[in-house]
Amino acid sequence: MPRTRRRLTPYLLLLPGTAWLVLFFAVPMGYMLVMSLQQGSLSEGYHLTWNWGIYPDIAVKYGNLFLRSVSFALATTVLTLAIGYPMAYTIAFYGGRLKNALLLVVIMPFFVSFVIRTLNWRMVLSDNGLVFGTLKDAGLLDQSFRFLATPASVIFGLTYNFLPFMVLPLFVALEKIDRRMIEAAADLYASRAQAFWRITFQLSLPGVVAGSLLTFIPAVGDFINADIIGARSPDVAMIGNVIQRLFLNSNDFPAAAALGFVLVAGTMLLVGVYTRIVGTDRLTS
Amino acid sequence: MPPQIDVRLDRVTKRFHEVVAVDDLSLEIQRGEFFSMLGPSGCGKTTTLRMIGGFEEPSEGAIYLGETDVTGLPPFKRDVNTVFQNYALFPHLTVFENVAFGLRRRKVATDQIASEVTAMLELVELPGYEARKPSQLSGGQQQRVALARALINHPRVLLLDEPLGALDLKLRKQMQLELKRIQTEVGITFIYVTHDQEEAMTMSDRIAVMRAGRIEQLGNPEELYERPTTPFVAGFLGVSNLLEGEVAGHDGALVSIRLRDGTVLRAPADGVAASGPVRVGVRPEKLRVEAGEAGPSDGLNALAGVVLDASYIGVSTQYVIQTADGHRLTVYAQNLDTAGASEAMAGGQRVHLTWKPQHTFVISGPAEHVAGDPHLPEEGETDV
Ligand SMILES: Nc1ncnc2c1ncn2[C@@H]1O[C@H](COP(=O)(O)OP(=O)(O)OP(=O)(O)O)[C@@H](O)[C@H]1O
Ligand SMILES: [Mg+2]
Repeated sequence: MPRTRRRLTPYLLLLPGTAWLVLFFAVPMGYMLVMSLQQGSLSEGYHLTWNWGIYPDIAVKYGNLFLRSVSFALATTVLTLAIGYPMAYTIAFYGGRLKNALLLVVIMPFFVSFVIRTLNWRMVLSDNGLVFGTLKDAGLLDQSFRFLATPASVIFGLTYNFLPFMVLPLFVALEKIDRRMIEAAADLYASRAQAFWRITFQLSLPGVVAGSLLTFIPAVGDFINADIIGARSPDVAMIGNVIQRLFLNSNDFPAAAALGFVLVAGTMLLVGVYTRIVGTDRLTS
Repeated sequence: MPPQIDVRLDRVTKRFHEVVAVDDLSLEIQRGEFFSMLGPSGCGKTTTLRMIGGFEEPSEGAIYLGETDVTGLPPFKRDVNTVFQNYALFPHLTVFENVAFGLRRRKVATDQIASEVTAMLELVELPGYEARKPSQLSGGQQQRVALARALINHPRVLLLDEPLGALDLKLRKQMQLELKRIQTEVGITFIYVTHDQEEAMTMSDRIAVMRAGRIEQLGNPEELYERPTTPFVAGFLGVSNLLEGEVAGHDGALVSIRLRDGTVLRAPADGVAASGPVRVGVRPEKLRVEAGEAGPSDGLNALAGVVLDASYIGVSTQYVIQTADGHRLTVYAQNLDTAGASEAMAGGQRVHLTWKPQHTFVISGPAEHVAGDPHLPEEGETDV
């Protein structure tokens, strides 16, 4: 019957996506959850003992690391927004014929691998490198000054690396705005600041939401920046670094799996709360 | 008491790089007037309107609202509101917030805003639509919201840029009447841009016919239709027949004009020079066509000719008649007494045309042979 078929069509269309998510998200998540509840060692093998106690354990042991990761990622999101919004705004509104060229410049860093880019920043920002070495030689900075391995340096690296993820959705949202809307606001007695705040910014919110999710989510789980620019200092280690160490060095699979599970579940929870507050319809409208 | 002037443009020119969009334009619009700017695409209507609204600055000249020189003031400091061509409603705000936008920016008290928005939505016949978003409205309803959003601020002048352009013909006709009703009700000066001559004629008190950045002629609809002063205006407001001739002499209120083949026609003498080349015009519906040679003329203008083409279109029959000296004239003959296409005159038939001298208009100056648009220094051109 054509009627039933029409009712089934949406579900059929959702099928490939659902299968993909189940295969590459739900299954590994379940696998991690199960692994986190096992006990044992690499040589003797791991056995499922339903060891729920691991969760309070890691909360105590690594709680501060979670907090640090979230605050680094938040700082990164705020910074990319603060830097990316004026960039996207200028390109979208005043880019003219250079628009595409400017966008290309924004994504240019992607032509070089993530790790290599970060390594290069480490050289540029090293204690006696191009920037600080020069300043120190000029006597403008104290010889003991250190930027690498500080929280600021890790946030700097994260901000640099994730900036395009903020700029592109912002650009798309701003580009779409009909300029007559802003003229209409001016016509209705809005000053330039009011017109920006009431109209332009409001209409660009889908871009703000998309950009901050695209920045926050990878930033919170990142370990490259803390590893390279953070110079493996324990003071700036993020949760990703610990997971990596537990999996690859200590072979403590259950603890690593538990941390991974909490990271993914916690990120989903935060994103859920965020989109609840700003409204997912902003993403689609 | 002289009429109060609401908007004055004083020798305004607007250039975009090398393009002259508006060319040394002067204009006075009276308080409470429904004023239209009419002209073909690209003649500078929108640019003129945008300069009054403050969205563009004139390259030269000054703009006054009342007595105040507003040249250089931003839009939000001008007592003018605009209804944009595609409405430009704020998609993220409800109908209520769209209409309230101007009042909120001017810090009007909340309860007063509520009552004014309600009253305004009533005026545009959209009561109860407060909570909808613009995307949930039809084109005509969006148009009304745009109107309400502008009118609620009680501006000195309302600017409308082809506000009905996106609507279908039937809705357009209805909104034309509605706009006129609202304008009469609120008594605000409307400056209305359109390229639809019928729309301009229906609603306007006065119309400025524009061409290439200048005003070609300014007057009320009847003046423009009955007594166009340039061939462009004659052609833009409906079909017109123009015949070349020479002023032969004045005769009281009438002037005689001799055509090349010697025929003498008469027309109202107002503003016609004492001599020199002119063109004589008459509208197609004013002509009466009869078979055979011209009889005694009773003071009517008469011309002999041959039917080139006849097309029966129900209410009327449209003829193309060729005169002795080669002019082609269009005639709309009302089918008052005819009962069908078979009674229309056939091609090749010798006929004569008659019409009243009062229905004739005269355009000074020699015929324009260049197709293009050199601005003709027309005599009697209104530049109020
Ligand atoms: N921002 C601009 N930059 C360059 N040229 C412009 C600009 N705006 C208008 N023009 C030019 O100025 C002239 C007048 O344009 P305008 O928009 O005023 O015409 P219009 O009479 O409103 O036409 P339409 O009926 O098509 O809307 C045109 O030749 C147009 O190309
Ligand atoms: Mg226009």
